[in-house]
Amino acid sequence: MTTETAPQSATIPAETGARQQLTIWGALQANLRDYGLLLVLILIMLFFQWTTGGVLFKPLNLTNIVLQNSYIIVMALGMLLVIVAGHIDLSVGAVSGFIGALAAMLMVGWKFPPELAFLANPIVAGLICLLVGAIIGAVQGWLIAYYRIPAFIVTLAGMLIFKGLSLSILAGQSVGPFPAEFQLLSAGFIPDFVGPITLIPASQGVQPLVLHGATVLIGVVAVAAMVLAAVWGRARRKGRGYESEPFALFVAKNVVIAALVLFFTYMLASYKGLPNVLVVMGVLIAGFVFLTKRLTFGRRIYAMGGNLKAAALSGIKTERLTFYIFAIMGALAALAGMIYAARLNSATPKAGQGLELDVIAAVFIGGASALGGVGQVAGAVIGAFIMGVMNNGMSIMGINIDLQQMIKGVVLLAAVFFDLYNKNKG
Amino acid sequence: MTDTILEMRNITKTFPGVKALQNVNLDVRAGEIHAIVGENGAGKSTLMKVLSGVYPHGSYEGQIIYNGEECHFRSIRDSEHKGIVIIHQELALVPLLSIAENIYLGNEQSNVGIIDWDRTREGARALLMKVGLKEDPDTLVTNIGTGKQQLVEIAKALSKQVKLLILDEPTASLSEKDSEALLSLLLGFKAQGISCILISHKLNEVSKVADRITVIRDGHTIETLTKDQITEDRIITSMVGRSLDDRYPPRTPDVGGIVFEVKNWSVYHPQHRDRQVIKGIDLNVRKGEVVGIAGLMGSGRTEFAMSLFGKSYGVRVSGEAMLHGKKVDTSSVEKAVSHGIAYATEDRKTYGLNLIDHIKHNTTLANLVGVSRWGVIDDLHELDVANDYRRKTNIRSSSVYQATGNLSGGNQQKVVLSKWLFANPEVLILDEPTRGIDVGAKYEIYSIINQLAGQGKAIVVISSEMPELLGITDRIYVMNEGRIVGEMPTAEASQEKIMRAIVRAEGKAAS
Repeated sequence: MTTETAPQSATIPAETGARQQLTIWGALQANLRDYGLLLVLILIMLFFQWTTGGVLFKPLNLTNIVLQNSYIIVMALGMLLVIVAGHIDLSVGAVSGFIGALAAMLMVGWKFPPELAFLANPIVAGLICLLVGAIIGAVQGWLIAYYRIPAFIVTLAGMLIFKGLSLSILAGQSVGPFPAEFQLLSAGFIPDFVGPITLIPASQGVQPLVLHGATVLIGVVAVAAMVLAAVWGRARRKGRGYESEPFALFVAKNVVIAALVLFFTYMLASYKGLPNVLVVMGVLIAGFVFLTKRLTFGRRIYAMGGNLKAAALSGIKTERLTFYIFAIMGALAALAGMIYAARLNSATPKAGQGLELDVIAAVFIGGASALGGVGQVAGAVIGAFIMGVMNNGMSIMGINIDLQQMIKGVVLLAAVFFDLYNKNKG
Repeated sequence: MTDTILEMRNITKTFPGVKALQNVNLDVRAGEIHAIVGENGAGKSTLMKVLSGVYPHGSYEGQIIYNGEECHFRSIRDSEHKGIVIIHQELALVPLLSIAENIYLGNEQSNVGIIDWDRTREGARALLMKVGLKEDPDTLVTNIGTGKQQLVEIAKALSKQVKLLILDEPTASLSEKDSEALLSLLLGFKAQGISCILISHKLNEVSKVADRITVIRDGHTIETLTKDQITEDRIITSMVGRSLDDRYPPRTPDVGGIVFEVKNWSVYHPQHRDRQVIKGIDLNVRKGEVVGIAGLMGSGRTEFAMSLFGKSYGVRVSGEAMLHGKKVDTSSVEKAVSHGIAYATEDRKTYGLNLIDHIKHNTTLANLVGVSRWGVIDDLHELDVANDYRRKTNIRSSSVYQATGNLSGGNQQKVVLSKWLFANPEVLILDEPTRGIDVGAKYEIYSIINQLAGQGKAIVVISSEMPELLGITDRIYVMNEGRIVGEMPTAEASQEKIMRAIVRAEGKAAS
């Protein structure tokens, strides 16, 4: 399920195998499978755009969808590694809730003596929270990796423990509000260091249209970087004697993706600009794509999930790898917990409950295999957005929460069903 | 007493690409112990799976005539219904259930679905008496030894009103005393008119109890020997007497000094921690030499190799591994690989490949450092490497992006070889490198082995196929029951000599 198309080596003599014809149609089919999920997301968005009477694509609403799902996506990145490795983590919701509570107590709840007052500083407290999350994940990972306790059991226990702990340190109360700096994590937008770009000035009878300059700049730079990277990669392949996909398809693909990003940039820029949390998310997503596609660390996770014994017999330290994966998951759950708390502007004992299921659902909708070894970062992110857009769209439509749950359940089942059906057929 | 109760006529069974059985004939008389002997892979177990319905009617050609009527077994249940019960080499008992529960598993003594425990216990007790096992029927199977478990299996067979009992290597993992008891039990059954098919490679046992022996070789019945014809020599000649045509590439060895040496290597069983599996093995390999390890299944060859390769098997591993005369630490796979030792598994699907991933990723897995810098993989370099090895080992696939799960056995084996070649080892241990692959691919793999030896690598080949070892190695060690029981230059070796070394060792262990 790589996004690369199968290139042919010029060095292989033709008699060693049936030469795969790289026709446009063949390449298109290969791509359709890889980009099918993105297509589904776009179709779902168009559907809700229609049923909500055009509300879904309002700049304000699109911004909201990002904010509402940011913590799910952050955790889905870690969960992807966990699931590809062949494990599961049920504790992430409870851990994120606990970290939110810890953040609130550090910054608001606990009264520190003057010499320890620095602990209440939002940056210091944030770093402590990340560290605690990583330690929680590491301890669970240590039990799973070195004592071979099934991850399902360790993290189920973790879920109960951290649910209890957040109740305990909050003493059953909601704690807030957070300092303004901390709220920026979820509620803030990047400063407009470029200045507003006025497309339609305010005048009588016409809606003014002013774009957030910095957001436009970042969007354009991002698109340019993506296109340049694609062109460079293609040239590099050609230089080494490898054929690539047909030029027309290459152009079409990049144009479509660039258009989507620019459209999204435009939408955000016509509201308040790029949310801070989207910057954090973007950096994380890019980092995890790189990790899974290019780092030996990532490659080893796929190998381990695909065949644990073969990976171990190839010299991969599977225990240590498992340990690291859960530590990363813990740190991401902590970050998600802080984003969630900052968004609500208070820590509540119920925060984070049930989030693990949304996160796991996002990863599976994104095409990961419950058996391990299969799954992509992009899939998990799109899976999270599919769930998020459905939540958002159905809420706007005023569909009852009970029906919403059922529909989400059916979508999860259908996504996995079609994925497996396709694979068995192919 | 000469009525035939079972006749298998012209049985032919084909697997994709391999003819496992060709026109095999077997007849068993009532109240007879009929032994089937043959090398590993000769087709003995396949024949029994045809008989017992594991391979259902229609998946083979030929006729099975039992008690005068032609049978079309579609499953084990069908054959058991007729009183044909097979006991496999790996016992099929549930360890955490009691003896009584195991005996009646799938055949529970019940009234309308509710288990009648009194009837179960009483029945089990009576059956245990018959097989001479003095154990409480409530004892968990995990708490009794392998010999007793074998008896429980037989009691289970008796509970099904067995008329023809098939035992697949029943004494392979039994002590001498337990084997003795089991064999006399079979003689007792014979007196009661129960026929028995005994598959065994322990020729001394076979010649002691069997009335007739059928020899199978390469999926053909060679001959059936009667009691007065049975001698070990006769059996061995019959078992191995195949001509060696040029199925092996010519080899002109260029052997240098000792590269790799193992001294006094001992390993214990991972579960039964006081059972010694490998008993003080000494072995060496020279530069450019291909060394074979011969032995029967269960002789400990794979266990030896895996314990050597990063302690991947067993506990309490002791002994010295030396590379160029210097002691090396092989206590983890990573360390073993970094010292230039590689082990290609006998079970490529379970231990060798990530079947859901493609050739490229599998090729570089044991040496990711070789295609990366600072932990970042250079994807084009990796692609070059994968294409290079695909060409070198002649892997037939559409591209290096084909999933290894969709390749044929021979091509999968070539991917495993590619993986270890790219790790650039000095010592390469190949465990059953040609198991289950066709003749053409075998030849290619032999050629690769030859080339590697030509490049000065030290190669160890573990194989159950003696002709293969004779065809491709320079020197052969013979292993039996965790020990090296013989060593010979291939030029002086023969299948008879190897067999004799094994049989002699078994004789010694018996006395």
